[in-house]
Amino acid sequence: MSNKAKEPLFHIVKRDDTTKKKAYMVRAIAILAALIVCAIVTTLLTGANPIKVYGTIFSGAFGSARRTWVTLQSLAILLIISLALTPAFKMQFWNIGGEGQVLIGGLAAAACMILCGDRLPAGKSVPSWVVVVLMIGASLIAGAVWGLIPAMLKAKWNTNETLSTLMMNYIATQLVAYYTILWEVPKGSGKIGIINQSTEIGWLPEIGNKYLLSIIVAVVVTAGMYLYLNYSKHGYEIAVVGESERTARYVGMKVKKVIVRTMALSGALCGLAGLLLVGGINHTVTTTISGGQGFTAVMVSWLAKFNPITMVFTSLLIVFLERGAGEISTIFGLNQSFSDILTGIILFFIIGCEFFINYKVSFRSKNVKEEKENV
Amino acid sequence: MKKIVALVLSLIMVASLCACGGSEKAASDGSVKVGFIFLHDENSTYDLNFINGAKEACDALGVEYLTKTNIPEGQECYEAACELVDAGCNIVFADSFGHEDFMIQAAKEYPNVQFCHATGTKAHTEGLANFHNAFASIYEGRYLAGIAAGLKLNQMIEEGTITADQCKMGYVGAFTYAEVISGYSSFFLGARSVCPSATMEVTFTGSWYDETAEKEGANTLINDGCVLISQHADSMGAPTACETAGVPNVSYNGSTASVAPNTFIVSSRINWAPYFKYIIGCVKEGKAIDTDWTGTIATGSVELTDLGGAAAPGTAEAIADAKKAMEAGTLHVFDVSTFTVDGASLTSYMADVDTDPAYEADHEVVTDGYFNESGAGFRSAPYFNVNIDGITLLDTAF
Repeated sequence: MSNKAKEPLFHIVKRDDTTKKKAYMVRAIAILAALIVCAIVTTLLTGANPIKVYGTIFSGAFGSARRTWVTLQSLAILLIISLALTPAFKMQFWNIGGEGQVLIGGLAAAACMILCGDRLPAGKSVPSWVVVVLMIGASLIAGAVWGLIPAMLKAKWNTNETLSTLMMNYIATQLVAYYTILWEVPKGSGKIGIINQSTEIGWLPEIGNKYLLSIIVAVVVTAGMYLYLNYSKHGYEIAVVGESERTARYVGMKVKKVIVRTMALSGALCGLAGLLLVGGINHTVTTTISGGQGFTAVMVSWLAKFNPITMVFTSLLIVFLERGAGEISTIFGLNQSFSDILTGIILFFIIGCEFFINYKVSFRSKNVKEEKENV
Repeated sequence: MKKIVALVLSLIMVASLCACGGSEKAASDGSVKVGFIFLHDENSTYDLNFINGAKEACDALGVEYLTKTNIPEGQECYEAACELVDAGCNIVFADSFGHEDFMIQAAKEYPNVQFCHATGTKAHTEGLANFHNAFASIYEGRYLAGIAAGLKLNQMIEEGTITADQCKMGYVGAFTYAEVISGYSSFFLGARSVCPSATMEVTFTGSWYDETAEKEGANTLINDGCVLISQHADSMGAPTACETAGVPNVSYNGSTASVAPNTFIVSSRINWAPYFKYIIGCVKEGKAIDTDWTGTIATGSVELTDLGGAAAPGTAEAIADAKKAMEAGTLHVFDVSTFTVDGASLTSYMADVDTDPAYEADHEVVTDGYFNESGAGFRSAPYFNVNIDGITLLDTAF
């Protein structure tokens, strides 16, 4: 019998030698592997030519000028929400409430549009620019308040922010549902429809074309967030609080103040996304207007390691896959769920590869085996 | 990294330029290409019914078509409509009520493309030559299905399963919207025309498609003593609940016999193929499409499925007789002599036919002794929203 300790088949070792180049290599391999697995799954399940499916995904996202604009617009919205969550995450404050903060911002904008729009008695009207100013204020404040409530609870009573932000989502959804019934047209339909379709009161102005406004806002927010996180005193405080609350307290930072301030910013930026969705893009509000982007943004922000510039690419990846997905169902007659499967596979590989960047798997070496056999 | 990014971006740009040139060819040679926008996909009975109609009509006429499924009732609908125009469609059709405003937006932008919308209410007031609404007199189909339900109740009374005063039916609705109210009222009137002691309870789910809520709604009604269930909501929730509880079910949008083989009686449905054939024909011949088109039993738009195993004997004959009377114009579903509202008969009713945020009642719709639902000169989408005696609404939150 061997007196040696039995060595397992493989064990996991933390890497500390990963260079940036190596990390990018691993990521590239992961994406390639994901595409190959997707191709195999596609062929097995549908019999369709995988190259054609990829081509269709691409053309769905960038196949025409309009599609490219819509893709960029969707990218802009997802990016703004992701950027909004980022300072909170960097502070280790798990803001899962992006969805609710977007919705409540959108609801505030819609409320301004409806109450100051076509519903006013004949002869009375509010100039559109006044409504727009009101909307901007209302959306940002509403979003900020939705972020502030969990922040205050955390700062005052140290409640679990993951739960409280999550629960705030449901409150926001139900509020939107309530007001949808209140403002529905025609009665009983459960739909608000396009607000002020004839007068366009409270519609955010078109710059160039109807897609560009959101894109410009996203560029400004990205640059602003990059500077804020990396070069401002606030950004530094966020990083310190995130690394160690005790250190922050020791050096004299007011941790509670930082938490509350950062969450107000996080919520307000989500409110801004809601404003763009309601005032600039859809001109209506529904409970599904955010479409789960408040949650997708969590992933986008994490995949980018909280770096605003990298976030442009991670959100592009998600939006690209989503936009391409719709086209697959049109061209190949495949169900929307199929593209969700592909997106799932690709994300699995991308998230999974981070493991291989940080850890290495070493197998039981051969000579150990031989030694064993000799005994 | 920067280099790779630059390369990828430039590739994307080049590719998108190439693609632009390729895809934007309009069908200018007089041929017709139809684009369909569906709220869900074939898993929803509502959308499946449209999808089947689209296939049937386009295949029969040899017309090319494109479909876009899972299009939400938001700006996505406008974008989808524009993309279909880009792809060369000269008819764009959308199937869900909430699509309407976004279709109007697209219709304003592309005056040479015909935009047709089912269940909408705004075409007759919008004044656009290329935007049209369509619906069918499905209340007639509901009435016929109601007869099947009433006969089933009679059969249960004869067999001694229930007594005459236990003839309570249940109905799972989506919203307290005219389309739903019109549907359950006509179903109820059909049932009561053969089973005079019938009453009905209605519950609302607040969603057009929510399998859990529909199942729960049906279970609530069954526990409340309802002996027969029907529904106006689009999932298999209610039929499944009925099959489990062994309660007979009258369905909508198409046969649900596959999930409820023992309890399925009959289903009424709108067959959209005649409308699709009509609009394709109009565009081919360069004729104007009706602003409001109402399909009827005569156009083949209102249909009943084959009877299920749970149907009572004699149902087919009773339905055929009633259908004949409807076609002859001697039977009106909403004949004001057959129902009362708060104990009084309805001699006059102002309905909100022109959609506005104030819900202003603007048209007198009781003519010649009946409520003229989806009538000529009004609009195709239902506006019957009267609460008639004999029907109890359990909740009206939605």
